[in-house]
Amino acid sequence: MKVRAIQYVVLIGVAAVFLGPLYWLLSTAFKDPAQIYQWPPAWWPDLTWENFSLAWKAAPFDRFFLNSTVITVAGTLLKVINAVLTAYAFAYLRFPFKKVLFFLVLGAMMVPGHVTLLPNYLTVATLGWINTYAGLIIPGIGSAFATFLMRQHFLTLPTEVTDAAAVDGAGHLRTLWRVVLPMSRPMLITVVVITAVEEWNNFVWPLIVTNTASMRTLPVGLLILKDEEGLANWGTIMAGTLLVLAPMLLIFLIAQRYIVGGITQGALKG
Amino acid sequence: MTALDLPVRTHPDERRQTEDGGNQLRRRRRREYGLFALLVAPNLLVIAVFAYWPIIYNAFLSLTDWNMIAARPTFVGLANYGRTLTDPAFHKTLWTTVVFTGFIVAGSLVIGLALAFLFNLPLKGRGAVRTIAFAPHILSGAAVATIWLFIFDPGYGLMRALIDPFGAEPPDWMNNSDWALPGLIIVYLWKNIGFAALIYLAGLQGLPKDLDEAAAIDGASTWTRFRAIKLPLLAPITFFLLITTVIGTFQAFDVIAVMTGGGPGDATTTLSWSIYNEGFQAFNAGRAATLSIIMFVILLVVTTVQARVMERRVHYR
Repeated sequence: MKVRAIQYVVLIGVAAVFLGPLYWLLSTAFKDPAQIYQWPPAWWPDLTWENFSLAWKAAPFDRFFLNSTVITVAGTLLKVINAVLTAYAFAYLRFPFKKVLFFLVLGAMMVPGHVTLLPNYLTVATLGWINTYAGLIIPGIGSAFATFLMRQHFLTLPTEVTDAAAVDGAGHLRTLWRVVLPMSRPMLITVVVITAVEEWNNFVWPLIVTNTASMRTLPVGLLILKDEEGLANWGTIMAGTLLVLAPMLLIFLIAQRYIVGGITQGALKG
Repeated sequence: MTALDLPVRTHPDERRQTEDGGNQLRRRRRREYGLFALLVAPNLLVIAVFAYWPIIYNAFLSLTDWNMIAARPTFVGLANYGRTLTDPAFHKTLWTTVVFTGFIVAGSLVIGLALAFLFNLPLKGRGAVRTIAFAPHILSGAAVATIWLFIFDPGYGLMRALIDPFGAEPPDWMNNSDWALPGLIIVYLWKNIGFAALIYLAGLQGLPKDLDEAAAIDGASTWTRFRAIKLPLLAPITFFLLITTVIGTFQAFDVIAVMTGGGPGDATTTLSWSIYNEGFQAFNAGRAATLSIIMFVILLVVTTVQARVMERRVHYR
């Protein structure tokens, strides 16, 4: 019994370690400045919205929000379409040197993103895409990992079903849309959610490829807000931080099992 | 069934092999090739331009001196490599990267495994705590870094509130060159331990039970069973986590950019920060490209080792 009690204490301690910083963020965002700069600190906030309006005034958060949303939605859509089409082609169609091409797609996973920053910046500049949505979105829509996951999944689907569709005279695109995709829903959701989280959190690429406040995304806008406010106004900064985190926390709570499923699958089958 | 041995599913009509087949077959095949090319082309194009071309472009730029304003780069041969590899500042950067990566890898694996064992116990609420521990992994690094900047604030931060009752004074974490790197490591661990724990937990739950039970009946202690049975069986997972954590940590950028900007001084200047700094703050394309190639080679070695070991695991098990 004693061992069990200790185990529960440790479990609660672990929960506290991971919840503590998030509670600190949440409570600070709703404290008024006098409450933030008092010692000892207040553990329960007054619940004021003031910090959010201050953050809104200090930086164009509505614009950041719009940019992040556009990039996440468009980027995820294009990347997943790429993954699905490529995976279908590699699973169901014939082509000379298909194996070599597949290795070329997978090989992209061996190229660390950070190494491509400077050349991609120069390429995007040559295309005239600096500070545009195209420049923010297009370089990221190539898909290797998601293509791999989708293809592996397609290969597990029973052949009878796709054959039946073909006998009924359905073309490939129709088979993909009407038969293969509906049968792959959980995997598709996993791929969409994981891609969307990555797009939303992306930091270094939006940082270098944009140069006006009107094109910044939320994570980059947060850095700018922090630099402008200095460390003088934590309430405003924490309110801004909460705006960046809230959508992903929400998605995480809703789609948790898809994210967890996809991540463990990548690890255990890799 | 021989036609089906192809790694693709052929169209049923084709398997039926009608007598006028020849022509029709060829036309069908040509259409299939066309469709394949159409479906794959956009993805391959983006991958070629934004993943493979950068490596070639980097290799070229690393042989030049260019401020990105002059019309064209000046060819300087291997001068960038010579200068970088003998530069004490680069050695310091590499050392910082190794220390940063080493602590994060060791911390993630050890604490992650411990948490996985905790989450594997029959405790109420363990699922919720596992979710909570994993959540930081999917949160924006820039936002997480901002939260911790305030936690580390020596005046009004959470860290001070926690150690104040014991009469201790907090350090000025991020402005102190002795504390900045440990601070970054703590933040990075907080963000990534849940991921390691999740993977280890999945591994633990997949372990065969009979071996462990037999050892228990033979009187092996919990520790012995951990050392001699569970740890070796988890080795592939440990290896996977080791590689992915090394690759991820080498490229860690957002947390460093928000919390320290490579400073104070050069205390937290890692390889990834110095690529950004040379390329986008000092506008020295040649040197940024040289550092990029060095990072690429290091990580290529890491992934090649991974591929080799994975292959062996698949073959000999």
